[in-house]
Amino acid sequence: MSRIESEIAVIDTEIAVIGGGIAGLSTALHVALRGVPVVVLESRQAGAAASGVNFGGVRRNGRALAELELAARAIEIWHRLPELVGNDCEYSVTGHLKVARNDDDMATMAAHAEAQAPYGCAVEMISRNALMARYPWFSDAAYGAAWCASDGQANPRLLGPAFARAARANGADIREHEPVAALEKDGDGFLLRCDSGLEVRARQVVNAAGAWGARVAGWLGEAVELWPMMPQMVVTEPAPYFIEPALGVVGGDVYVRQIPRGNIIFGGRSGTADLDEGFGHAMTEEALGALQRTALVIPRMAEMNIIRLWSGVEGCTPDQLPVLGPSATTPGVIHAFGFSGHGFCLGPGVGAVVAELALDGETRTAIDAFDIRRFQS
Amino acid sequence: MSDEQKILIVGAGPAGTRAAELLSGRGLRPIVVDEAPASGGQIYRRQPPGFLRAARLRYCFEAAKAEALHACFDGLTERIDYRPDTSVWSIEDNVAFTLGPGGVERIPFEALILCTGAVDRVIPIPGWTLPGVFTMGGAQIALKAQGCAVGRRVAFLGSGPLLYLVAYQYARAGASVAAVLDTARLGDALPVLPGLFAGGSLLAKGLWYQNWLRLKGVRLRRGVLPVAIAGEERVSGLRYRSGNGRERRIECDAVAFGWGVKSECQLAELAGCEMRFDGAARQWLPVSDDDGRAGVAGVYLAGDGAGVMGADAAEYRGELAALALLSERGAAVDDRRRRYLKARLGRLTRFRIAIDRALPYPDGLAAAQPDDTIVCRCEGVTAGDIRHGQSLEPAEINRAKAYTRLGMGRCQGRMCGLAAAEILAHHNGVGLAEIGRLRGQAPVKPLHIGIAGQAARDDPDRAASI
Repeated sequence: MSRIESEIAVIDTEIAVIGGGIAGLSTALHVALRGVPVVVLESRQAGAAASGVNFGGVRRNGRALAELELAARAIEIWHRLPELVGNDCEYSVTGHLKVARNDDDMATMAAHAEAQAPYGCAVEMISRNALMARYPWFSDAAYGAAWCASDGQANPRLLGPAFARAARANGADIREHEPVAALEKDGDGFLLRCDSGLEVRARQVVNAAGAWGARVAGWLGEAVELWPMMPQMVVTEPAPYFIEPALGVVGGDVYVRQIPRGNIIFGGRSGTADLDEGFGHAMTEEALGALQRTALVIPRMAEMNIIRLWSGVEGCTPDQLPVLGPSATTPGVIHAFGFSGHGFCLGPGVGAVVAELALDGETRTAIDAFDIRRFQS
Repeated sequence: MSDEQKILIVGAGPAGTRAAELLSGRGLRPIVVDEAPASGGQIYRRQPPGFLRAARLRYCFEAAKAEALHACFDGLTERIDYRPDTSVWSIEDNVAFTLGPGGVERIPFEALILCTGAVDRVIPIPGWTLPGVFTMGGAQIALKAQGCAVGRRVAFLGSGPLLYLVAYQYARAGASVAAVLDTARLGDALPVLPGLFAGGSLLAKGLWYQNWLRLKGVRLRRGVLPVAIAGEERVSGLRYRSGNGRERRIECDAVAFGWGVKSECQLAELAGCEMRFDGAARQWLPVSDDDGRAGVAGVYLAGDGAGVMGADAAEYRGELAALALLSERGAAVDDRRRRYLKARLGRLTRFRIAIDRALPYPDGLAAAQPDDTIVCRCEGVTAGDIRHGQSLEPAEINRAKAYTRLGMGRCQGRMCGLAAAEILAHHNGVGLAEIGRLRGQAPVKPLHIGIAGQAARDDPDRAASI
């Protein structure tokens, strides 16, 4: 982006994307790859909110059935990241363990594994003995597990900037620190007004505003309940590499992965956030409980030091499925927000789907379950 | 005093000691948390029990001040809640989380005086991670507190008030001083001589150390440009360019280096203080007024942690912050005393400005380091990684962090963050302020999972299961 360009107060484009998280940036890349002008308006830094500070799981194990097809499409893109964005974002197929606490968990997961099978996602149930034989570092708290060998993990801090850079290289106009204040109909298109005075005229608009997505939907008369969720992460100093798979314990409180460098990244419960302020804050008090309980599952971690906490803001819907698809009130607007903590894995695929919706009017991926009208009684 | 009225002072150096003295004298009973086993801070750090080196050897001209400050603090222990060997690693919602001999504790407070001090400012040069290389302050602490020299033949490199002092202390202690290499030129001092005289005896002391070293035949060089610290397994020498551009090498088995100190402000940031870039200090500093009020209710900043002004100023600032706290509580305070302290502080401020110009931080030295120089030693990130790492425009230090792992190690950028920002700013042709800062997060220092987990407050049922 040249400096001269950034001084132009009015931009005409085909597609304006509100929100420069992974959903919006992937949309921009997929639109730009088809030669269509696209502008992304990000209120802060590209890929810096939920997209950049999450756990980094790329998995289908235990995922809601409604998301499996979209996840499969995303994972296909994850494998192509080096060609697509010039960076593998440390994506690594390490497998994922969903760890059971008791017999009930095992039964629930076994049923889910069976239901997932038709989606081409193989999940193997592992007994306690087999689990301990494979991963002797678990404590007795691990009762068994569901194992998905095709799952993996990646570095969230790399993904957003990589998509932004690739989108720019293909002609997308990515604007950071450019919060959108208003969205209006303008002839047969839209006018977006930014706090800075910048105005963007676009034929279509994509609402990829994450935790702020319900505000944008509200401008269109579409009420969606969206709660901010602030997953908090903890990281240890480097330790000898021993946790190859990413793992999560049923119930969601304990989830852990280790990178080959040696640092262990794990869930620290919830931070706090003020949506108007725009970012999440880590919460020490919350983290203490997570330290204790994670060490109950992997006792070896009790002897390690943590070096940082962080948190970010994500939007959570009542059914914890995203809002993805055309606006119910306003033709020309496509929603892609409210990923409820699932957006990192899905994000690359979301952009491919939204680009198809915008440019072809339809997508080959099943997204009916994500229709915004499900929240309108 | 109930929990709600507690006053917490973090740090028992010159600022923390004076703040505690004033408050305890007014019948309040502040909690004083300090990382060290004994009070004094880094500047007046004490030796362990049973060590008998004389104060004048350890503190030189400052011996009387050091002893007075120690005596002052020792006289307070009945009237304060003193917690040595304890560090504050997080602050949120008016609670400080500490780690001490008893594990993790929470200290709720109504008022907080942060006297967190300063840490060496280093410029990574080739070889700086070799065993035998110490920061200037670290080398001084080894001698001052432990009675140890960092080597038999030590070269001193950098600029700033500590350079000649530490070299002198080493020579006095019997170490061989291979050279004192000052990156400042004599010419830097001349235009600011009037300001230097504002420091009065401070200037004289600096000259006295230099003269003493010169008379002992120690090689003193000004206007040098460091090239590299040499060595395979450990330090064997130091290469530099002299003022006339010729490369020289001196043999040594240890190097002490540093360019002054920088404020430690992670706790201020966690306490919610606004952070602002300070061009003279070349770092982001928490904002406070000249009484030490931080702009966050109940939070006060004093000493070098609120901008480096030295130990004398820290004593004044500690007392001023305590006075501000008292008057905020509606207590009567001595206005004449406050004016006096501010006047003294003003004089030291003028001296500080002159010192910074006479012993300037070598602008451009960090940015000039070759690509293969390690900058972030925790993660092995080089200057070249920072310059050429794949990133997204515009350049910003947290983005560089994401791409290079810069500042992601045990020290979280405390050592390398400022130099890395200079390299990034210079390479991208933008100002330091535009590069942003590595944000502070808890824990401020590494925290043991097992110990910290014991402080969790989950209900017992939840804590026992996963």
